[in-house]
Amino acid sequence: MSGALSAAVSIGFHGLAFAMVLYLISVGLSVTMGLMGFVNLAHGVFAMVGGYVVTSLMSRFGVPFLPALLAAAVAVAAASLPIERLLYRRLYGGDELDQVLLTMGLVFMSVAAATYVWGPLQQPLQPPAWLSGAVDLGFRSFPAYRSFLILCGAALVTALWLGIERTRFGAQVRASVDNLRMAQSVGIDTSRLFMTTFALGSGLAGLGGGLGADLLAINPGYALQNLAYFLIVVAVGGLGSIRGPFIAALLLGVADSGFKYLLPEFGAFFIYALTMAILLWRPRGLFGRA
Amino acid sequence: MRYGRSVVTLALAAAAVLVLSPPPAAAQTVVKIGNISSYSGFVAQAADQAQKAVDLYVKEHEKELPPGVKLEIIRRDDTSNPEVGKRLAQELITREHVQLLTGVILSPVAAAIAPLTAEAKVPLLISIAAGGSAIPRISPYVARVSFTLWQQGYPIGKWAAEQGWKKGYTAVSDFIPGHDSEASFTKGFTDGGGQIVGAVRIPPNNPDFAPFVQRIRDAKPDVVFFWIPSTQATALVNAVRDVGLREAGIQITSTQDLLPDEQLPAMGDTPLGLITSGNYSTAGVRPANATFLAAWRREYADAAIPNFLSVNAWDGMVAIFDLLKATQGKFTADEAMGFFKGWQNPDSPRGPIMIDPETRDIIQNVYIRRLEKPDGKLANVEIATIPMVKDPWKQLNPPK
Repeated sequence: MSGALSAAVSIGFHGLAFAMVLYLISVGLSVTMGLMGFVNLAHGVFAMVGGYVVTSLMSRFGVPFLPALLAAAVAVAAASLPIERLLYRRLYGGDELDQVLLTMGLVFMSVAAATYVWGPLQQPLQPPAWLSGAVDLGFRSFPAYRSFLILCGAALVTALWLGIERTRFGAQVRASVDNLRMAQSVGIDTSRLFMTTFALGSGLAGLGGGLGADLLAINPGYALQNLAYFLIVVAVGGLGSIRGPFIAALLLGVADSGFKYLLPEFGAFFIYALTMAILLWRPRGLFGRA
Repeated sequence: MRYGRSVVTLALAAAAVLVLSPPPAAAQTVVKIGNISSYSGFVAQAADQAQKAVDLYVKEHEKELPPGVKLEIIRRDDTSNPEVGKRLAQELITREHVQLLTGVILSPVAAAIAPLTAEAKVPLLISIAAGGSAIPRISPYVARVSFTLWQQGYPIGKWAAEQGWKKGYTAVSDFIPGHDSEASFTKGFTDGGGQIVGAVRIPPNNPDFAPFVQRIRDAKPDVVFFWIPSTQATALVNAVRDVGLREAGIQITSTQDLLPDEQLPAMGDTPLGLITSGNYSTAGVRPANATFLAAWRREYADAAIPNFLSVNAWDGMVAIFDLLKATQGKFTADEAMGFFKGWQNPDSPRGPIMIDPETRDIIQNVYIRRLEKPDGKLANVEIATIPMVKDPWKQLNPPK
């Protein structure tokens, strides 16, 4: 295989793996922001908690990787419900600055709480034996863990799209994003819809945090360190969209790894330049509604 | 009910007496020290390693202070930001009237604080930051007890060249210590006859290292030298594993930051056999190290493993305690600096150490270590000692 082609495959592969993690974590943020107009900067906390659940279950209780992932998604979704009921609900339709202050406060609390419970060290994810080797596809081999990440991401994206496009629940979500008051007046219980969507989005973030724990290291500063990435995915993708953040995550992941590979001196800078360019061109994101 | 209330009243009265009672008659000398560290931000984990050692040292040795001398350590969090560090140092000097500053995780923070120490005549004893060999030259009131990256990068560069590896690649974090380690490895490697075929600088706050590692793999050098802050070590080792850098036959070396002792259990067998340079390993066979590890285990049991940052911070406290003992807690800035110049500890957990009276930087053994599995657990086993190394940068760049 020629050098240039090999480089392109590498960039695509690592970019795709990074993109899947970003997408799983951010899609819930996009939907809740689009649906409830709520600026939830603390969304990364759910991903972090998912990561902690997975790493703790695996290292302390010897739970296998896949059940631990499932447990993380369920636990985070369940834990997000009281938070939505008790805290977020009060600020729906309220001042955006209040929402930012509340959720930023939650982020700082999460840093302190995680340090208290798990200590400041990064939590290691030891992928199971069947994920620690490499997959040989004949023309070249790929690391198994990252390949699994991509497959999982692809499966979840498909399930999510089908769910939103084909089910009654999906239709209700789409209707509420399009026109909240009209949806309420035709009898959709938007309050319950919000809650379910919020739990779903949080659960997905928890899953993404656990699945990507080897890539985005789980440590107390997680929600703060990666906030810019999550927000870029949502802003570039467009609020309230399922497809937008996916395209944005792909773009961000592949561009990020591409620039790092080809022009490492500017690796970190190009992502922000690209984001600015896209937002200048389409201020509401690639798939945002006018 | 009534009984309950009277107990409360009594307790309040007792508290009032305690608060209002005058200080004990014996004259007390309170020595205020400012400890600036990065308790939050991207190297928070490193600050915790250091703080555990400081707390432990004070707890174990407080009773050894001369009678009447009380040490008050005022902690400040620079949030991994040099501007904040500088402002906090200013506050500690002007408001708290500290007699000494110590700690400092990040070299950029040390560089930001250094000029203040000359203006205000308050000494700074750097006990963790290792980058910026030139920092002690900024102010005559700066001394360092940790290490310099030139001390470790230069010898490991020479060592790599001696292995017969011709083509070298450097990949370092893009801030002061990264630049130092890149320059020092390059100098050592090229002095030994090697040639650098590629160099990459990685943004300090970088989540995924795979693209950089892939770039190195595709460039096919004989050896790659990494430097990243120890807080990112596991993430980098994971990328090395995922990209298959070792399977591709590329040798890897680094300073101790790539294989910090507390993260070894999280790394798996990927880095087994790697050789790095460092000033401390928990596997170091020295009586003082055994004593240190025993004290650490008593305090933290299995909840924490010390690393080189802990031992550097520990030695910083040893130097400060020695100063308090020698001066009975009464010293001027010049007296403190006079004491630090030439201060030595023949019995540190890392071996003999001494602050060079001329450069005010540390002189110590540099160990070449191989990552082995002596009893089922990964450990940086010391295989060679380069005794009492002075900072090579200062020798190569004499003051004008």
